[in-house]
Amino acid sequence: MHYSPVAMHIPDGFLSLAISIICWTVTIILDGIAISRTNKSLGERQVPLMGIMAAFIFAAQMINFPVAGGTSGHLLGGALAAITLGPWAAMLVMTSVIAVQGLLFQDGGLIVMGANILNMGLITVIIGYGLYRATFGRSQGVKVWVAGVAAWLSVMAGALLTSLELWLSGTAKLSIIIPAMLGVHALIGLGEALITVAALSFVFRTRPDLLGEGSASVKGGRGWILAGVLVALTVVLLSPLASVNPDGLNRVAMNLGFFNTAHFASGLLAGYKIPFLGNTPVSKIAAGAIGLLVVLGLAFLAGRALQKKS
Amino acid sequence: MHSDVFDRYHHGHSLLHRLDARVKAIVTVAFILSNVLLPDGAWTAFILAWMFLLIANLFSQLGIGFTFKRSFIALPFALVAVTAIFSIPGHPLAEWHIGTETLIPTDAGVLRFVSILIRSWLSVQMAILLVAVTEFPKILHALEHLHVPSIITTIIAFLYRYLFVLTDEVMRLLRARQARSAAAPGLRSGGSVRWQARIAGNMAGQLFLRSYERSDRIYNAMLSRGYKGQLMTMHPLRITRPDWLAAMCAFIFLLLIQILGRL
Repeated sequence: MHYSPVAMHIPDGFLSLAISIICWTVTIILDGIAISRTNKSLGERQVPLMGIMAAFIFAAQMINFPVAGGTSGHLLGGALAAITLGPWAAMLVMTSVIAVQGLLFQDGGLIVMGANILNMGLITVIIGYGLYRATFGRSQGVKVWVAGVAAWLSVMAGALLTSLELWLSGTAKLSIIIPAMLGVHALIGLGEALITVAALSFVFRTRPDLLGEGSASVKGGRGWILAGVLVALTVVLLSPLASVNPDGLNRVAMNLGFFNTAHFASGLLAGYKIPFLGNTPVSKIAAGAIGLLVVLGLAFLAGRALQKKS
Repeated sequence: MHSDVFDRYHHGHSLLHRLDARVKAIVTVAFILSNVLLPDGAWTAFILAWMFLLIANLFSQLGIGFTFKRSFIALPFALVAVTAIFSIPGHPLAEWHIGTETLIPTDAGVLRFVSILIRSWLSVQMAILLVAVTEFPKILHALEHLHVPSIITTIIAFLYRYLFVLTDEVMRLLRARQARSAAAPGLRSGGSVRWQARIAGNMAGQLFLRSYERSDRIYNAMLSRGYKGQLMTMHPLRITRPDWLAAMCAFIFLLLIQILGRL
């Protein structure tokens, strides 16, 4: 057992060159901003800190706990890194982690590394920090459970982006990949959320100064809230839409008569639709929103229970 | 315990080991790029690319099947590409009914699926070979020379250096958890999933604090040894004539693959 690979590292050959280049471009732009920001705001002291924190994320991914049926829950770390290190530093840390996983362990390809960094390292930080940033001035309990929701959503966002990239590359069928990926990662995300919540409460208990005033954790501006909420909303609205609103490729598939996602998505909300609304986009979006509310509620309860215990 | 399980470098003195790290990195990326560019079902080109790989294996003196042994690492991901069989329009091969689902595999879809697998299988082997014949710090040094921002390469250098240390730390945490998790035969140790998750979270939090405090000590130690915000190295890279020659040969070979793939 070295570390638990996550089902999101795309290997080389699975994405088209065009998609790979687009993802690299976005990644390079975001990392470029992150570099100039960290250079401005952080001293030389910060570089060793970020290096050790990258090693921490890498090592923390090995911590797992058994869930039902032989599977185990573990950490991706994007949201946790964002909250503890601040957004820009977290982006660089996650970039380094994913680069090493690809370079040294071939967990994820080289040409597609831009996509992997974007899916697992950047989008997770944006959601994680954006939602957490909105809780400033609130109680610790609120902070912790919002962090949990953010952690869950960050995994979902990564899974959604991965699916879209695979679909745009002609590697996967949209109507299958979206429900399948999101279904699996809804569970993986729960593990992520639980560990993030527990780890944060632990840090709040033992070293509140690391998350309090003057720490890197509170350095991000208000713009992050907007970015985080926007990305989170996109995930909630786009995931159901993407599997019902067929274009080009999918229209052909539908005309040929094999467009049916219900089988793959029969989970909590069978086929992502509300019975009395029928099989319409409205119904799927409503189902997505209800799903989100359920998760918010669960995370809230879990957060409160954890707070009480401690 | 020391976790050198992370080190992928295989010591040797072959031609490939001695090549400049930049050349190796660039050729590796070019090879993967070439695979991505090949059209579906370019069998001649795929076979040639495979030969390129085997030749590289031979030059590494690690054995011709060296990369083959670890090459199935990306296979689980093939599951997502299975759906390509049903999504590419083409001549329908069959019609399967699974419950309410009707799946129609097409010939173009199967071709795409097989091509994706081959591309990824070839690409991952070259990446495996790169880290097997190049020490990781040298790869980092090469990346720096190739204008990857130094803050990224420095973070990665720290990550690589302390990965082993923090992994030991995690192993200790995991061993401690295991030692305290006695279970009667047939019974699961510990409590509910939520309780398990809280323990795992506490471990992650603990690890975070230990890492954080360790980074303070490391920084102080580095300062006292003259750290100025930049890592120094004593191994300047130099491109010599054999490097140019190897790079030329590799690129001509890749060009040939591309041309044959499009005939």
